[in-house]
Amino acid sequence: MKSLLTLDGNEAVAYVAYRCNEVMGIYPITPSSNMGEWCDQWASEGVKNLWGTVPHVVEMQSEGGAAGAVHGALQTGALTCTFTASQGLLLKIPNMFKIAGELTPTVFHISARALATHALSIFGDHSDVMAARSTGFGMLSSASVQEAHDFALIAQAATLKARVPFLHFFDGFRTSHEVQRIEMLSDDEMRAMIDDSLVIAHRERALSPDRPKLRGTAQNPDVFFQAREACNPFYTACPDITQQAMDQFAEVVGRRYSLFDYVGAEDAERVVVLMGSACEAAHEAIEHLVASGEKVGVLKVRLYRPFAAQKFVAALPATTKRIAVLDRTKEPGSGGEPLYLDVVAALNEGLAEGWGSLTAMPKVVAGRYGLSSKEFTPAMVKGVLDNLAADKPKHHFTVGINDDVSNGSIAYDAGFSTESDKVVRCMFYGLGADGTVGANKNSIKIIGEETPNFAQGYFVYDSKKSGSMTVSHLRFGPKEIRSTYLISKAQFVACHQPVFLERYNVLANLAQGGTFLLNSPHAADAVWATLPRDIQEELVGKQAKLYVIDATSVARDSGMGGRINTIMQTCFFALAGVLTRDEAIEQIKKSIKKTYGKKGDEIVRKNIEAVEATLANLHEVKVPASADSTIRLLPPVTADAPEYVQNVLGPIFGGKGEDLPVSAFSPDGTFPTATAQYEKRNLALEIPVWDENTCIQCAKCVAICPHATIRMKVFDEAALAGAPATFKSTAARNPDWKGMKFALQVAAEDCTGCALCVEVCPAKNKSEARLKAINMAPQAPLRDQERANWDFFLTLPEMDRRKVKVTQLRQQQVMRPLFEFSGACAGCGETPYIKMLSQLFGDRAVIANATGCSSIYGGNLPTTPYCQNAEGRGPSWNNSLFEDNAEFGLGYRVSLDKQAELARELVQKHADKLGDDLVTGLINADQTNEAGIHDQRERVAALKAKLDGADCPEARMLLSVADSLVKRSVWILGGDGWAYDIGYGGLDHVLASGRNVNVLVMDTEVYSNTGGQASKSTPRGAVAKFAAGGKPIGKKDLGLIAMSYGTIYVASVAMGAKDEHTLKAFVEAESYDGPSIIIAYSHCIAHGINMVAGARQQKAAVEAGQWLLYRYDPRRKANGENPLQLDSPAAKIKVQDFLLSENRFKMLAKARPEQARVLFDLAQGDVASRWQMYSYLAARKFNGAAEPTAKA
Amino acid sequence: MDLSTTYMGLKLKSPLVPSASPLTREISELKRAEDSGASAVVLPSVFEEQLRLESEELELAIEQGTDVSAEATSYFPAVGDFRIGPEDYLEHIQSAKAAIDIPVIASLNGTSTGGWTEYARKIENAGADALELNVYYIPTDPNLSGAEVEQTYLDILKAVKGAVKIPVAVKLSPFFSNMANMAKRLDDAGADALVLFNRFYQPDIDLENLEIEHSILLSTPQARRLPLRWIAILCGKIQASLAATSGIHTAADALKVTMAGADVAMLCSVLLRKGMAQVAVIEQEMRQWLETHEYESLAQARGSLSQKSVAHPAAFERAQYMKILSTYQLT
Repeated sequence: MKSLLTLDGNEAVAYVAYRCNEVMGIYPITPSSNMGEWCDQWASEGVKNLWGTVPHVVEMQSEGGAAGAVHGALQTGALTCTFTASQGLLLKIPNMFKIAGELTPTVFHISARALATHALSIFGDHSDVMAARSTGFGMLSSASVQEAHDFALIAQAATLKARVPFLHFFDGFRTSHEVQRIEMLSDDEMRAMIDDSLVIAHRERALSPDRPKLRGTAQNPDVFFQAREACNPFYTACPDITQQAMDQFAEVVGRRYSLFDYVGAEDAERVVVLMGSACEAAHEAIEHLVASGEKVGVLKVRLYRPFAAQKFVAALPATTKRIAVLDRTKEPGSGGEPLYLDVVAALNEGLAEGWGSLTAMPKVVAGRYGLSSKEFTPAMVKGVLDNLAADKPKHHFTVGINDDVSNGSIAYDAGFSTESDKVVRCMFYGLGADGTVGANKNSIKIIGEETPNFAQGYFVYDSKKSGSMTVSHLRFGPKEIRSTYLISKAQFVACHQPVFLERYNVLANLAQGGTFLLNSPHAADAVWATLPRDIQEELVGKQAKLYVIDATSVARDSGMGGRINTIMQTCFFALAGVLTRDEAIEQIKKSIKKTYGKKGDEIVRKNIEAVEATLANLHEVKVPASADSTIRLLPPVTADAPEYVQNVLGPIFGGKGEDLPVSAFSPDGTFPTATAQYEKRNLALEIPVWDENTCIQCAKCVAICPHATIRMKVFDEAALAGAPATFKSTAARNPDWKGMKFALQVAAEDCTGCALCVEVCPAKNKSEARLKAINMAPQAPLRDQERANWDFFLTLPEMDRRKVKVTQLRQQQVMRPLFEFSGACAGCGETPYIKMLSQLFGDRAVIANATGCSSIYGGNLPTTPYCQNAEGRGPSWNNSLFEDNAEFGLGYRVSLDKQAELARELVQKHADKLGDDLVTGLINADQTNEAGIHDQRERVAALKAKLDGADCPEARMLLSVADSLVKRSVWILGGDGWAYDIGYGGLDHVLASGRNVNVLVMDTEVYSNTGGQASKSTPRGAVAKFAAGGKPIGKKDLGLIAMSYGTIYVASVAMGAKDEHTLKAFVEAESYDGPSIIIAYSHCIAHGINMVAGARQQKAAVEAGQWLLYRYDPRRKANGENPLQLDSPAAKIKVQDFLLSENRFKMLAKARPEQARVLFDLAQGDVASRWQMYSYLAARKFNGAAEPTAKA
Repeated sequence: MDLSTTYMGLKLKSPLVPSASPLTREISELKRAEDSGASAVVLPSVFEEQLRLESEELELAIEQGTDVSAEATSYFPAVGDFRIGPEDYLEHIQSAKAAIDIPVIASLNGTSTGGWTEYARKIENAGADALELNVYYIPTDPNLSGAEVEQTYLDILKAVKGAVKIPVAVKLSPFFSNMANMAKRLDDAGADALVLFNRFYQPDIDLENLEIEHSILLSTPQARRLPLRWIAILCGKIQASLAATSGIHTAADALKVTMAGADVAMLCSVLLRKGMAQVAVIEQEMRQWLETHEYESLAQARGSLSQKSVAHPAAFERAQYMKILSTYQLT
């Protein structure tokens, strides 16, 4: 009997790859990371492969490194594979040419993803695999989770025989993350497909000193060409070998595939050709159209390389007259996208050679679809076929978007649907972290594995890391589900968070007569009046059924806190009718025991209690005959937002980005900054409220706020005229600001409610010690009042930057942040550093940002949190890649220095016209402080005024570079994955360049953005992905390596431990006329801590000596001082006490206590020896004369 | 000199028993205790509530951030089964039993009725020779009557006695309206021993940080007077063994509580201050005293100054308190 499991594409592929290989070289990249994670986990659990041995899984520093390791492992005879996507695949290309050139069998499994061009996208298309099509790898494309599972094995069997390495690809997210019920391949089936003699042949070809041989020669013009052509027979044989593997698979397993699979009318005249998951939507559309008499078909391309042209032509019906070839990639400037060109060439050759049954050349048109997981639906397939039927079909078209710039898109009837009545379709709106997605995955498992139904789940996340909305799309039905697109007509919609109703029409996709389940705090007889009119109208118009439950109360009463997942899941089963209620409840309980069993009886008990309490609290609400609400959906952006924000970003905020035409966007990826302010997300249930009488004006809360929602200003009393009645201010306490007023204000609608501010507040109320100078209070009653107060606060004058003592936190924090309201996690440990940077230098900063969390909350649409001051100045930002960020930033520096130099040259050249005073001032400006910067800006303004209207070319050139005479602050930002691993080589080179760049490493000690994989920064004993057994070796000391040059300013800081130390480090680093690096400890959700305790954990890390505070300033040498200042005290607490306070370590102690004991002891040793070394270095007698300096 | 005693059915070679403390968490210290002549050891308490909170915290920490973003649908690998129940504690019992030959008494602080009995069974199965119920409970609800509090103790004891066969002791606080009545009712409910008394952590205020401090204070010799009185009063009136704990720092202290009627004298603060080897010192001094004063055995002295054995039983009652004060004034 076949084993049926519900799992996603990544797991389905990894399951086969793990069993068929001995070595895996891995590196995290979305959306393929999970495949490596599964393999690492199985290896750590001792799961064996087909040959009864546990594979070795090795994480490398980059995909390039992984490819190198894979190449080496293959050359020495191990069965080896790897997983990647997008830029990761690009980094593997050099090795792929080598691996293919050496005819080495391997399979690279690719969850195909867009390449970064005008923007990065984590979502799926074929631009990555198409960029690798010239490597010599075979390319096998699977279209569904089942196919991905099957093709992983077929590719493995084929590569061993063909000796052509294979790239097995499937669509990122649509297949890699779609959950489907599939038939699992058994070990016996896999064994039957893998011929051991081919494995042995692979080993015999390997490098061995017992059979010495040499590969990788350098060849000259005399022989290279001939030798390169020697591989041809292998490529010629490869398609047949692949088909043989498919045939053998059909015999062993029962599922039959071909290199090209045709579906449709036997006498089809119009045929669509495509690859990947779109084949499924096309299959569904074609079946529907053929059933209604249309002569249409789809040809699914499975083996794309080597492209078996003859077989392709033979696979087309003889009646084919018109063909649309759809590519999920874009090659600007080409004669057409790759699949199209291959098809045209094959037809051309085929007709000439008499292949297949075609007698005349069909008309072939090319189209693009689905870039970055853009929806591809049966309606679009019909649109493509309709275009083919036109007298003059549009050529080189796009489908699925409105291209009003090039007029390249074709129209289609979005209302055309092929959804079957027999399929149950459900949508769930949840909040990230409320467990909705997890519960839905669980429901799919129950239905897929415990009932005869096929089941499919796909999950859509928004781009924010705090307060993000998730939409789950679930389908169940008696037949295979090929609907690789989002649900548009759901019979069941559930809204798990009532707050979504304020902003979104969650019922837009509810089918006529459908059911709406709402979690609401309002009773059944009162809930109708609380619904916005749009929602009421949907319910009335669609004659929908409405059910309501106060899941939050049920969860609270059952001791589940905010976790409403099992409660809503129970309601779903009760209403959806897929199982009887009793059966459903039994299955939910069973799965609760399975899911939570190992986490403790208590958690199981609470969940079961919640399930039992649910149905009594689920009530039907009779939908009245008409809508009567006066509540309207809130606009996505505030009314004062500029036109561009209203028209372009607003729809994106509101979930209607799909409707925006091409003309809405700049052609080069440029976006305005300072737009996050217009999206009032109102995430916080509670916000901080200031008690001006208790406050000591230390500014710690302002500094730590990750979203820049707490601000302070100091101003003359007169400015308070017209203040709202509830606006608070008090006398400024700082002696420098005597007689002035001080106000602290919270942006109530932007606050995420993380409460870090309350946690760091040192002031206590003298009458009631539980209260501090800032305390959390419910947001809703304060919202209107604080909105008015915030608006007034923004009108208060900013402090003159020249009057601020920048190394005193209590003064410095009046500086306006130029980074605000990002989409970072509530309580983020990274963003306070960026905010501080933006306050100090943002008005003259250019930022190079490595890919990672900081590039996502820094630049993921629609948020642009980098903003501008009243003069319109602010950080200018770009994200190049993950691996090259230091080099990218160095490029900024060199470019800006050159332009400044040119400006100085031109100024001097035209000194006679500009006047000596201005020229001398511009050239010799002291820009070491705010006053100097201010004066230089005035000089530049004077220069521009003088140049204005000048007609000579040099004057115009000088005008174009004049601004560069004001000191530019170049910042290179990234996380530890970049700085310690993938970008380390470049970072090292840039630091060694001597150029004035400032590097900020926000060190979370894991790859946070991709879900917590270990980096070389991960401390010993921490559990992370790819280090499931606890990181066995200690953290790399990046600061020490940088210090070894002697010419680099290096600081190790932890704002939560010593904020003013951090501030000093920023000021010193930026002022150093040479390379600087600040390594900033950043607490993270991946540490397994309560994020409200982030600052406390930073402090504990420092107190344990786990994290050192120090500054290494090469300038100190000039005074005969030791450049290293150790700013940490000796450890006050045991390392183990710190480790056990964070679940990333504690989980090791709980899961593998023996291992934990060993690693924790070693960790204590690491700290002791590091402290000893740093104490020595900081105390050693210093002889300045012998030491190098930056400019030496 | 024969110092042997019987404590809740366990034959012990002396009354000196290191009580639950961080010292008895370490196997090396348990060995040292045995080598120094301790007759039994009490392991630190396993706290059901703490384990429950820890498992909840772990669950929350692992789950937070799950399925929030498309790139990071989780933040931790699945690392297999967590030891979130009393596994570590049970292993400690097993290791202790393997390492030493003297009786090992486990200690349990439960929160739910089910927890008390489930953990007690597991402790018994792990090989503990006896179980001490550490009913560390501070009632703060003004609507909760004393009778209800007393009933809680009795219910827990009865439930645990019904669940295990090993002897069960109850460690008590002195805060009952009628200690003697409470002791009697626990005795009737089947307690094999009463351990007098539990010392609760006493909070203090940190003036600088305006916070409550929870630093642990070690006992002083004066603390010994409270158990001494009640042991003297209870001696001979109940079947259960009596253990004295709090303020026993010297051989003299141990002798005094024995004379009051204690079957064992538990040591804690003195061992934390001076180390396990102090058990041997105390034992040696006890022997010396008993020999010097020509006792045949310690058993001869046991209860010799209990309320039932002294000339003036009222000496242990309230009037005596007044007398002490007046004596104090006179001197």
